[in-house]
Amino acid sequence: MSVINEVAKTRGASREVQKGDGKAAAIFLAPWFVGLVLITAFPLVASLYLSFTDYSLLEAPSWVGLENFQRMFEDPRWWQSLKVTFLYVAVSVPLQLAAALALALLLDRGLRGLAIYRSVYYLPSLLGSSVAIALLWRQVFGADGLVNQVLGVFGIQGYGWVSHPDYALGTLMILNVWTFGAPMIIFLAGLRQIPAMYYEAASIDGAGKARQFFKITLPLLSPIIFFNLVLQLIGAFQSFTQSYIVSNGTGGPVDSTLFYTLYLYQNGFRSFDMGYASAMAWVLLLIVAGMTVVNFLASKFWVFYDD
Amino acid sequence: MTDTPVRPDAHTETTTPWPPVRERRTLTEVAAEIPDAPRQRRTGPQLRRLLKHALLIGFGLVMLYPLLWMLASSFKPNDLIFRETGLIPTEIDLTNYSEGWNALLHPFSHYLFNSAVIVLGSVIGNLVSCSMAAYAFARLKFRGRPIWFAVMLMSIMLPIHVIIVPQYILFSELHWINTYLPLIVPKLLATDAFFIFLMVQFFRGLPKELDEAARLDGCGHGRIFLQIMLPLSLPALATTAIFTFIWTWNDFFSQLIFLTRPDMYTVPIALRTFIDATSNSSWGPLFAMSIVSLVPVFIVFLFGQKYLVKGIATTGIK
Repeated sequence: MSVINEVAKTRGASREVQKGDGKAAAIFLAPWFVGLVLITAFPLVASLYLSFTDYSLLEAPSWVGLENFQRMFEDPRWWQSLKVTFLYVAVSVPLQLAAALALALLLDRGLRGLAIYRSVYYLPSLLGSSVAIALLWRQVFGADGLVNQVLGVFGIQGYGWVSHPDYALGTLMILNVWTFGAPMIIFLAGLRQIPAMYYEAASIDGAGKARQFFKITLPLLSPIIFFNLVLQLIGAFQSFTQSYIVSNGTGGPVDSTLFYTLYLYQNGFRSFDMGYASAMAWVLLLIVAGMTVVNFLASKFWVFYDD
Repeated sequence: MTDTPVRPDAHTETTTPWPPVRERRTLTEVAAEIPDAPRQRRTGPQLRRLLKHALLIGFGLVMLYPLLWMLASSFKPNDLIFRETGLIPTEIDLTNYSEGWNALLHPFSHYLFNSAVIVLGSVIGNLVSCSMAAYAFARLKFRGRPIWFAVMLMSIMLPIHVIIVPQYILFSELHWINTYLPLIVPKLLATDAFFIFLMVQFFRGLPKELDEAARLDGCGHGRIFLQIMLPLSLPALATTAIFTFIWTWNDFFSQLIFLTRPDMYTVPIALRTFIDATSNSSWGPLFAMSIVSLVPVFIVFLFGQKYLVKGIATTGIK
């Protein structure tokens, strides 16, 4: 059902294919293949090469070996961007998934108006990555923004949340949690696949709701939880728009919202330090790939496959 | 509730005497015999359902509040935005819209047009190229298919940031920066491999007998693809078109990089420029244009909901 399961499957795919449609396949795959080579593979290799060079677009790249990677380790802003990104991912992704699962459970069985609730909760996911919403967030959590207006009603004096280094990243985490609708729909689809029979049998045996949740729902849903987790982790690691808009491209205040991708953008497309940016990009790739692999390995211990 | 299950032993054991003799039992003994779950169901459901709805509606309102507030604020004069948390503007004022529309170098319609061209090109590109590749992966037999398929899947997870620098260099060598080309041509070359996967999944679900029969009748792959597979795949094509539309419309990163000349700006870039161009306090016009920028997504959302939900549920896209 998913890209991730599919990746796992193809590793062991048998050689069931005989020759026959080669010519037709070449024609049908031509656009994709050209794109793969020119727009994906070639740039991928090129960025690996550039990561070992000093390149400012104006002169030819000059080989500097591992200097860019060394520089990263000595660059406090690079460490800061890594810290911000990991913190953001570690806090907002679990919260987002918890919200998605909770709402999916509430919405699950035979509730009237399901379609309306589903749309209401899903809408923010579609809009969440847009500049308009990031601008809205900037205002909502601004000094005289909506949040402080509401707090003012209760007599609480708020901060300028987005301009306070302790809270700015938190507002972006809230924005990410707010977009829980997409994983929620995947959870809903997953819950539908659990046979009602199991719950009936369990309740005859006297299992309470909590027990049913931990003994039936969670194990049977674990592949879906895993899928959502991998997907949201990869997505959250690449967040850019929100921090760019909220901090006006700086990653401020005091680099508290300096996402990894934002720092990469600053290096590559503001300072035109393309070599350093490429090195950063490759480290990002290794992090994302490594995280996914770790996830797959760890999944053996908690993901339960029925078949 | 009529379907309250009766414990089977309740009647089997007491069938012998007729007329039935009432056993004398205390109330607690009787109560102990009533199955737990159904009783809960008898008194619980209405109240609990009501509570559930109240919770869901309350939570939904909190979620939508910022959006509705932005909509309301776009009709309010600036000084009211900072004083009112309510949703209904005390006076309706359209000046935010006219002011926002003309606040930048070009009227906002100019940016809408740029976005529309890029979105249209991307939708067409993805539909054509991804469906072609998907047909090959789903139906054609060729050497190395599992390997290429795995490569395609892996390209889905590749962060764009890893290839953006060389892409930028390549496109600037081709003098494509500040044209629509760097944003449309990759779609024509099926670089959004995610949609290939989506369509492969869909094609695999279509009965093979259909195209096998057509082949026996002498149809080539071109005709099978165009006249059998594609017409049957409207849901998958619609899902692709809708998600491509929304993603491209919302895309900020690549547009920010490839479009730097103000007359090439798209809606997201124009919105972002707003902050620099106007003082930080003119939220009214900014909100007005934000609303304008969200309208197309919202319309697509309303009409494409069925496909959006299905697409996300079966394949898990955001």
